[in-house]
Amino acid sequence: MPTIECIYNLILLQLGWSGVTLLIVVIITGGLTFFFSYYNRFGSKSLIEQNLKLEEKSNKLSLQLMEKSIELSKVEETLHSTQDQLIQSEKMASLGQLTAGIAHEIQNPLNFVNNFSELSAELLDELSDSLSNKEKENIINDIKQNLNKIAFHGKRADSIVKGMLQLSRTAPVVKQTTDINKLVEEFFILAYHGMRAKDPGFNCTMEKHLSSNLPEVKIIPQDVSRVILNIFNNSFYSVDERSKIEGKDYRPKVSISTKQLNGNITVTIRDNGKGIAEDLRSKIFDPFFTTKPTGKGTGLGLSISKDIIEKGHNGNIQLDSKTGEYTEFIITLPI
Amino acid sequence: MIKMLVVDDERDVEILFSQKFRKEIRNGKVELNFAFNANEALSFLKALNPFDLVVVLSDINMPGMTGLELLKIIKTEYKELRVMIITAYGDEKNYQNAISTGADDFLSKPIDFNLLKEKVMSFLK
Repeated sequence: MPTIECIYNLILLQLGWSGVTLLIVVIITGGLTFFFSYYNRFGSKSLIEQNLKLEEKSNKLSLQLMEKSIELSKVEETLHSTQDQLIQSEKMASLGQLTAGIAHEIQNPLNFVNNFSELSAELLDELSDSLSNKEKENIINDIKQNLNKIAFHGKRADSIVKGMLQLSRTAPVVKQTTDINKLVEEFFILAYHGMRAKDPGFNCTMEKHLSSNLPEVKIIPQDVSRVILNIFNNSFYSVDERSKIEGKDYRPKVSISTKQLNGNITVTIRDNGKGIAEDLRSKIFDPFFTTKPTGKGTGLGLSISKDIIEKGHNGNIQLDSKTGEYTEFIITLPI
Repeated sequence: MIKMLVVDDERDVEILFSQKFRKEIRNGKVELNFAFNANEALSFLKALNPFDLVVVLSDINMPGMTGLELLKIIKTEYKELRVMIITAYGDEKNYQNAISTGADDFLSKPIDFNLLKEKVMSFLK
């Protein structure tokens, strides 16, 4: 390499050692400066690119998010309508159980209406026959009594039909001043006949302890009726189950009592059925929880009942039970 | 004279039967008694002295003891006493039960009083 050696010697001759050192320093500094300046330019360029990419990504994400939230609100809508349908079908299920009972319940007062009106016509015919004044007076009293009975049993049938219609209504409803005793009595009998209609062999002692000086309360009658009906249906079901196990020696009994207590009204429904096991007690108000075989219960009765009493009426519903002995539901409603 | 016991939880049957049978009661052909549940009916039977009751007419559906259970008790303790059972609209299951328990006759709701009178009067012979 004679050329390189020549240049080297020439530089060394011209600049001396210190000059060479300086030249090397200048070259290194320049190189570094160039390198860093290039590196910086390259760096900021990639940052902008990255920013752009990020923005794009975030736009994409928020679009996806919007799509998801629309999807979600659709799902929520479907869920609400399904829930409404479920509540309605539960209502219809408890009503369906009643239909035969209602037919039976209406038949009795109608028989009285028919019989007492026929009898009154007969009695009027007798009145025109020549009779003593005493006899005539007796007949007139009988006719008066019959007319009262016709009106009474007519109203009885009327209130049964009204109760049934109220129960099946879907429109929003308002609170009304209500005689709780009358309401529970009506649905006690309806639930009983509903049970009998399904199983003519079903029998059960029914006890009523209704407070005679119960103040009227403002409630949504058809909602509270559903609660009462649900609990009665459960009670009758439970005593029936126990009676299937224990047979003839067991005397099924369902009782209802009403009381006024510290500014509240309490309605207590108690049965001597099979009771509710301790580990199930915390679940029985959960939606879709049921101990009944498939098809026998929707699992919604008690959860809807709890909603009606607690959310709809500021009251509460409590449970007391002993397995194999009794179950008691206590509904408290503020006056 | 036919002495009858009507067992039904509907209290107005007392007025209804009394009016429907008013002529027979006036003529002394029929005497009506009422019980509003099966237990009342049994205590009525127990207290009877002399035992001159001809027929028991009982509903099936009653709170507490049913008409069918009452029928069973009557047929073991008072073998000679006739029992007529009132069944609700073609309730085949109860009808068969009542037959096998020894019911003497049946009436279906709503009661045809002319038919009932015919049946009751036939007991006079």
